Amino acid sequence: MAELLEFRNVSKIYSRGLLSRVSTTALDNISLRLDAENPTIMTVAGESGSGKTTLAMLLLGFIAPTSGQILYKGKDIHTLRGEDQMKFRREVQAVFQDPFAVFNPFYTVDHLLSVPIERFKLAKSKSEAKDKMVEALTAVGLRPGDVLGRFPHQLSGGQRQRINVARALMLRPKLLVADEPVSMVDASLRANILETLRGLQKNYGVSIIYITHDLTTAYHVTNSIVVLYRGSVMEAGDVDTVIKSPQHPYTKLLIDSIPWPDINKRWGETEIKAREMELTEQGTGCRFYSRCPFAMDKCKQDPPLFQINRYQAASCYLYEQHSVIAPEKLSDLLPA
Amino acid sequence: MTPVLQVNNLQVSYYTDAGRARALDGVTLALAAGEKLGLVGESGSGKSTMALAMMRMIKPPGRIEGGQVIVAGTDLITISDEAMLQARLSKIAYIPQGAMNSLNPVIRIGAQMMDAIKAHQDQSTSDWISTAEMEKRCKQALESVDLKSNVFKMYAHELSGGMKQRVCIAISILLRPKVIIADEPTSALDVVTQRQVMETIDRVQKQIGAAVILIGHDMGLMAQFVDKVAVMYAGRLMELSNVRDMFTDPKHPYAQALIRSLPNLENKGVFNGIPGMAPALLQLPGGCSFHPRCPHVMDICRTQRPEPTALPGGRIVECYLYPTKA
Amino acid sequence: MTTISLAQPAIIQPSRLTLFLRYLRRNKSLAVGLFILLLLVIFTVYGLATVDLNHAYPISVKSKQPPSWEFPLGTDFFGRDLYVAMVVGLKETAIIGLLAGALGTFIGVVLGFISAYFGGWLDMGIKGICQILTPIPALLMQVIIAGSLDKRDVTIYTMAFVVVLLAWMGPTLVIRAQVLTMKERQFVSVAKLSGMGDLGIIFSEILPNLLPFVAAAFVNQVFYSVFASFYLAVLGLGPLREPLLGNTIWAAQAQSAFFNNWWWWPLAPAIALVLILGSLALINMGMDELANPRIRKTE
Repeated sequence: MAELLEFRNVSKIYSRGLLSRVSTTALDNISLRLDAENPTIMTVAGESGSGKTTLAMLLLGFIAPTSGQILYKGKDIHTLRGEDQMKFRREVQAVFQDPFAVFNPFYTVDHLLSVPIERFKLAKSKSEAKDKMVEALTAVGLRPGDVLGRFPHQLSGGQRQRINVARALMLRPKLLVADEPVSMVDASLRANILETLRGLQKNYGVSIIYITHDLTTAYHVTNSIVVLYRGSVMEAGDVDTVIKSPQHPYTKLLIDSIPWPDINKRWGETEIKAREMELTEQGTGCRFYSRCPFAMDKCKQDPPLFQINRYQAASCYLYEQHSVIAPEKLSDLLPA
Repeated sequence: MTPVLQVNNLQVSYYTDAGRARALDGVTLALAAGEKLGLVGESGSGKSTMALAMMRMIKPPGRIEGGQVIVAGTDLITISDEAMLQARLSKIAYIPQGAMNSLNPVIRIGAQMMDAIKAHQDQSTSDWISTAEMEKRCKQALESVDLKSNVFKMYAHELSGGMKQRVCIAISILLRPKVIIADEPTSALDVVTQRQVMETIDRVQKQIGAAVILIGHDMGLMAQFVDKVAVMYAGRLMELSNVRDMFTDPKHPYAQALIRSLPNLENKGVFNGIPGMAPALLQLPGGCSFHPRCPHVMDICRTQRPEPTALPGGRIVECYLYPTKA
Repeated sequence: MTTISLAQPAIIQPSRLTLFLRYLRRNKSLAVGLFILLLLVIFTVYGLATVDLNHAYPISVKSKQPPSWEFPLGTDFFGRDLYVAMVVGLKETAIIGLLAGALGTFIGVVLGFISAYFGGWLDMGIKGICQILTPIPALLMQVIIAGSLDKRDVTIYTMAFVVVLLAWMGPTLVIRAQVLTMKERQFVSVAKLSGMGDLGIIFSEILPNLLPFVAAAFVNQVFYSVFASFYLAVLGLGPLREPLLGNTIWAAQAQSAFFNNWWWWPLAPAIALVLILGSLALINMGMDELANPRIRKTE
């Protein structure tokens, strides 16, 4: 099986200070495998500080892991040079959260689309390039005449984000990292953008890693989910199972706190214990320990992933009766 | 019972180089003490302008062109600047979006809270309280938002996002205002912290009996928190209903489309967007501003703006589907 | 995916000139500064085209004449026609200002970019040098350097050089700060994802956005250079033969112009200088708004 992208025991630790080094573990021993034949569409869910942004930056090759390797088609991405590096760049793309920040305010919005066409040699002539841009813009529901030639501040947030998605469509990457693509977009437009992303995976075989803290959209768009908390995997598996019957106490808290737009589903009675997240780094052990209503002494030891059923596992001693699954096998839990 | 907040035909426009943008085009609503109203709308709908207008914080090139904002009997639009300064925080308070940026980074939290009280001290000598008393009130406010009183001595950067937002809530209740406007107070926070903050607002609001206006675009939050929902579109109030009715039986086509587009756990994979785009405020369509996107559009919708119609249950709709009985 | 066809009226973009004029209406400081500068430029250009430039130098015309029809600004002790002297002086001041300004700005841009974009030791080095040189009293150094030059070597070009010597640090640090923030901006990340290399990013992504800052830094440098050249000249350290404004005042003071009732002699250069520095200062303040969007009054 051709491995498209592989994370092998990747950890990222940030340290500060000259004398007394304070280190923060942004990601702890994460392993993932994405293969080219079965494009996945998975969610990486977590709050701020969970490591999801670090994961995105590592995936895109913007930062290097402290330990472990990130392989693209078998080669470490930080050793790629020349044509291989261009290929990697072309095939791994992103849609970011802020629709405005991705545009260079000096240029019209065409710049966002024309630059990759030029750099990746996607068109042989100016008219072919224009055609490609028009095709992509139409596919996301925009009228090219309304947006081409405009400056970013002249368009609405929704239009801008659609242009971002159009860019991704146009490049037909193998892997798309979507970092909170709809959180800054109006509710009525979210459906449209999410539908496009789903379509990318179904029709064009693009693997999508959807990073978010909004589990309702995650449920709709993706097939599998990995829940991160302060750098470690808390729960992972099929998205329907995890969201409808969460096992890990943290996942339960998350699901409970979702403001469902349904007056019959009020916020749960799960008390939010230990109100404040400790801002200082805690040592080894389960990351959720200080906020967990079920915390036990043995939780001071980092719990492994226990496989609860075929497509669900939780890293919590409440499930120790189940068999342990090694972190390297995380991707086996995630249905395509 | 007289409403504690009465907004009548509020009009705000922004005068730009490209013309006049009608940010608020005649909005009327009323709120009783202790009631919670959710003001929803997409970007450009005017909901933030509404908050600023009620606090009389509209800056040029924006201008309040008409209407009244009556809080506990006083029309905030007509009173003098000094009187407005006093009214802010004591009668009507504001919890901003992105609290990270509204706390002064070089002054301790306690000092900022004391500043707020001191600024309202000379209102009348009978209200004079000593510094010790002020400090006590500040610490009580901090405790009512579930923060330890040692936060009083801390600096803003020592607190997390959720904690900073709760400090802003504490500041807003210091003088027991009648109306609290919370402008997307949780948009920068994650889901668990969001719940904490909303539950806090709920609790303190009950404690001091204030009316709350929650501004946002997250219908889910509205469902969890408010009593009534007002839907805005292009500077106009399209529908005002109580929360149960709004979610189960919305009347205005725009409200209906909004409710339909909300994701829920039943219909996985079904995406119901609203086709088209919100109009530019500089060039509003004639008649009802939603008519270009409305599935039930009629000829009269294109030419004449509908009047607000009262429906049973205290509901108000601006739509020709529900004509006023002649 | 249906799109409702809304009859979107074509947005007519007003011409650049109109936008600029409209902007001037709002930014009064810039408008007034530019206007005064324009007057000075017209004065100089007209002067250069019409009069005999040699009269700016000593022993050309009758000396110590008060303003009259023949000599609109009078003449000085050495026999210079002060009107012509003003014209030439303004031209030379402009040369010094522009030369030193451009040089200082250019160094600032290059070093600032290198320092911020590549970071590491390069950054520490450049930043360190800037920070060490900044507190050195520039006036003192300039006086020492200019004073130790052989009188014959002092030309307007060496003056410009002396002025830049301790002035380049400002723009360097400013540009560096801007590039540091810009390179973290998301459009730079997207450019990387679109296959752009470092050089491409510097020139096509970051540089265009820095133009307001570069422009503001340039005006600042010009202002500073004109001012510095002025005080060096007033102290008698300038190229004495040239009719630089500062030189004229120095000479007037050296010859006790007021005591001798030659009041017109220092008056002309003084007024000229006030106008130049005033206009540059106003333009500088106006440009501030460009570089700092937060104090912009409107879009």
